[in-house]
Amino acid sequence: MPRENGSIMSNESGNLKEYVTATVGGLLFGLPILRVQDVFKPERVTDVPLAPPEIAGVLNLRGRIVTLVDLRKRLDLPPTGDDQPQMAIGVEWRGESYGLLIDSIGEVLKLEDEAREPNPANLDDGFARMTLGVHRLDDQLLLVLDVGRVLDITVAPMAA
Amino acid sequence: MDDLLREFVTETNESLDVVDLELVRFEQDPNNFKILDNVFRLVHTIKGTCGFLGLPRLETLAHAAEALMGKFRDGAPATGEAVTLILATIDRIKEILETLEAEQREPEGIDDDLIAALECMAASVAPDAPAPEQEVETVTPPPQAGSTEAVPTEPESAPPAAQADEAPAVNNAESQDGNGKSGHQSIRVNVDMLEHLMTMVSELVLTRNQLLEIVRRHEDSEFKVPLQRLSNVTAELQEGVMKTRMQPIGNAWQKLPRIVRDLSSELGKKINLEMQGAETELDRQVLDLIKDPLTHMVRNSADHGLESPAERRAAGKPEQGLIRLAAYHEGGHIIIQISDDGRGLDSARIKAKAIARGMVSRADAEKLSEAQVHKFIFTPGFSTAREVTSVSGRGVGMDVVRANIDEIGGAIDVKSVAGVGLSFTIKIPLTLAIVAALIVEVGGNHFAIPQMAVVELVRARNSGDHRIERIRDTAVLRLRGKLVPLARLTEMLGIDDGNAPDTGYIVVTQVGSHIFGVMVDAVFHTEEIVVKPMSSKLRHIPMFSGNTILGDGSVIMIIDPNGIAQALGSTVSAQLAVEEAAAAPDDVADAEMTSLLVFRAGSTRPMAVPLSLVTRLEEIDAKKIEVSNGRHMVQYRGQLMPLVSMNENVRVKGEGSQPLLVFSDGSRSMALVVDEIVDIVEDHLDIQVAGDNPGVLGSAIIKGHATEIVDVGHFLPLAFEDWFRRKEQPVDARPRAVLLIDDSPFFRNMLTPVLQAAGFAVSAVGSGREAFALINEGRRFEVVVTDIEMPEMNGFEFAEALHADPHTAALPVIGLSSVVSAEAIERGRRAGFHDFVAKFDRQGLIASLKEQIEVGCAA
Repeated sequence: MPRENGSIMSNESGNLKEYVTATVGGLLFGLPILRVQDVFKPERVTDVPLAPPEIAGVLNLRGRIVTLVDLRKRLDLPPTGDDQPQMAIGVEWRGESYGLLIDSIGEVLKLEDEAREPNPANLDDGFARMTLGVHRLDDQLLLVLDVGRVLDITVAPMAA
Repeated sequence: MDDLLREFVTETNESLDVVDLELVRFEQDPNNFKILDNVFRLVHTIKGTCGFLGLPRLETLAHAAEALMGKFRDGAPATGEAVTLILATIDRIKEILETLEAEQREPEGIDDDLIAALECMAASVAPDAPAPEQEVETVTPPPQAGSTEAVPTEPESAPPAAQADEAPAVNNAESQDGNGKSGHQSIRVNVDMLEHLMTMVSELVLTRNQLLEIVRRHEDSEFKVPLQRLSNVTAELQEGVMKTRMQPIGNAWQKLPRIVRDLSSELGKKINLEMQGAETELDRQVLDLIKDPLTHMVRNSADHGLESPAERRAAGKPEQGLIRLAAYHEGGHIIIQISDDGRGLDSARIKAKAIARGMVSRADAEKLSEAQVHKFIFTPGFSTAREVTSVSGRGVGMDVVRANIDEIGGAIDVKSVAGVGLSFTIKIPLTLAIVAALIVEVGGNHFAIPQMAVVELVRARNSGDHRIERIRDTAVLRLRGKLVPLARLTEMLGIDDGNAPDTGYIVVTQVGSHIFGVMVDAVFHTEEIVVKPMSSKLRHIPMFSGNTILGDGSVIMIIDPNGIAQALGSTVSAQLAVEEAAAAPDDVADAEMTSLLVFRAGSTRPMAVPLSLVTRLEEIDAKKIEVSNGRHMVQYRGQLMPLVSMNENVRVKGEGSQPLLVFSDGSRSMALVVDEIVDIVEDHLDIQVAGDNPGVLGSAIIKGHATEIVDVGHFLPLAFEDWFRRKEQPVDARPRAVLLIDDSPFFRNMLTPVLQAAGFAVSAVGSGREAFALINEGRRFEVVVTDIEMPEMNGFEFAEALHADPHTAALPVIGLSSVVSAEAIERGRRAGFHDFVAKFDRQGLIASLKEQIEVGCAA
């Protein structure tokens, strides 16, 4: 079983982990709750020309500059069609603030760590890299996102 | 009690820093009782407070140190030993304080060693007893004048310090009222508090803006006036909070005099530490990050850079070594320089080490210039402390220093001359610093351009003086007779603006000596911004140097003029290449890149002319061309402008539009008639085949095509016979002898007729060697005009060699360069150049020549 990044859950009793769930491109994803700082509605987003396509822009969130990552593009998921306003999950990674754009936010779930299964072998490589495994919920599957991998957006080497 | 203790620790730490500095000063200036008094008072306060707080260990130490200092006040000489001992005591006090801060109690331990030494020393130094044998080490004075230290110097006219009978209680009171260490009132504020305030103010601004928006919808609202006030207050508040983040760089330097003093006595070297620009303000965060690297580098200079006094004497240098720290703002950056006049880097050892480490092959290493070799010290893993001290003797941990500076988006460079010294230049970008920025709009997006790079704003219109002209896809602006290349931000940033017309504003921007225009749709206002580093996911975009939150709460990207210049294919990098002229032949070639206008006239073969010679490109309606006196003319800007055909095969068109190359000089203009303007290219201009036809200098390969290079000088007199003679009447009848040195036949061919027409007798040669051959033949010249970038012997070397010979030492030399940078001018001045002229500046050259000759005559 892939090891969870860091030991963020070690202080929880048993092996229950809490996940913030979100829908992106029709799929249900879960983020470890301790990774999540806040959930917000992105407003006044500034476009960044020449940015990687996954970067949806930057915005000011209570005095901090937050980089918006378009999860749908990052995960290479098809657009859902409906142009409803998106939400964002605020996470902090390596001292920088990010907002992960999602279609809608779901409830917080407590899940047994043992119940998590490794990614199916036939899952697309790029996609599988960003997920830590799958939880089988009653009605659908929940993919556990690896925040570090999601934010590991490769950029061209610095020019100067 | 906790609060009291915390305050004590902070205050004592600050006092101790001052004591450090002051003691070192006192050692240099043992008669200055004002300094001693100040130190004494500070130590006494520490002692008193310790007693009050019940910190016996600290109290005993401070007491012993105070007792020894009391002896000084009684007139005992302040020896190096004694001062070292007191400094050691202060270090011990600092250690104890650290523990105290962490654990809220004094650490266990005894200080008998120090106390015994202090008492022993105090007993041995008798007042007024001369003790010359104790003058173990005289350390040269740390900076007095010119440096802004954190410690205010007391007025010299103050009466001599009171002697030992002064009551301690009075001293104590004096230090409390701030008389001792600070001239102005200040309080300590937790940094987190400031950060929090900053965030809150941003929120406040957002809220205010929302309110303003609401009021705007309701005419005649009674809220209007109070809201206006709120708005102003908010703006001021924001500004104030932003400024609290700034600190003078001197804060990071405060500990250096003590460190240098310790090192100098430890190493037996005499070191003078000079500090300039301590008041330069830096963002607190940056300051914290560069503090350690700076200390490290100064340590390095003292330890490895400066030689021992004996070595220095042998090398003909003053015994006292110099370490200089300087900080200043430049072009949107903060520059920090650390230099010493020591032995410089040992290139051979660095090279050997780089080869040993497999960083470069032996063959490649031989090709590297000195400057390239020196850069190895920044390579990660190049230095591990043990090996470097034994191998290179220099560069301990410079890779670590570089890593630290990289982290804040800065750059570090090294210049070293063996035996002369070493200088590090740290360039910290705007990042985190407050700068003024111009807010502009491009294709619906807003951007900030650092005001420091902005030269002027020009309103572009479809007609009029500031018209945007285009040569195929390249846009240029004619500004006061010069063609300025234009950067279309929409294209560079990939913003689709649906092909906006050529109107709007042009932000004329300067990077180094390179000037270009940035086309924007609208210009708003300037705003003081705190630059924040960009997300690591965006840092690779060269067009932006950072981003920031504007007063209205929105995030805005900050344009990096350097990035734009690079994207324009400018000569900015070429400039750097000139600095490292010796680096590689390729770099020299880069520096010689010429912008060429390629066109066709009379045949399908391309022809070219240096763009900088062309004043303007015109397409005029052929119907406007008139024939007068057998010549083609056109009314142009209220004057008749003669048209000259490129050659007999070019026919002046009867209808449609006629492309023209316009050349202007003062009020006169003439135009060359061509068939088609093809392109503007940057290429190395190397005329390989000399031309037979009049009007053609020869052929060169431009972008892979054999291209005829046009001799503009041939055509100008065809339009106005007196073109060159008009203003350029010789000073007297005798032609002045000018020696022209340029390795490029093109420039020799272009300049010779121009100078001849201006009344000079020109001898043109292709290299410094040929020039010396002529001079040695006995030929007399009144002025020498030399190119800078030449193979074999460059212009600087030529000028130095020329002035080294007493026969030719007085000969004025004018430097010609395609790149006129501040560095080049400075270098030229050192090499003995009398003037510096841009390569294509004909008029400038003639004016400079006349000036030099007149000066020569007057002398």
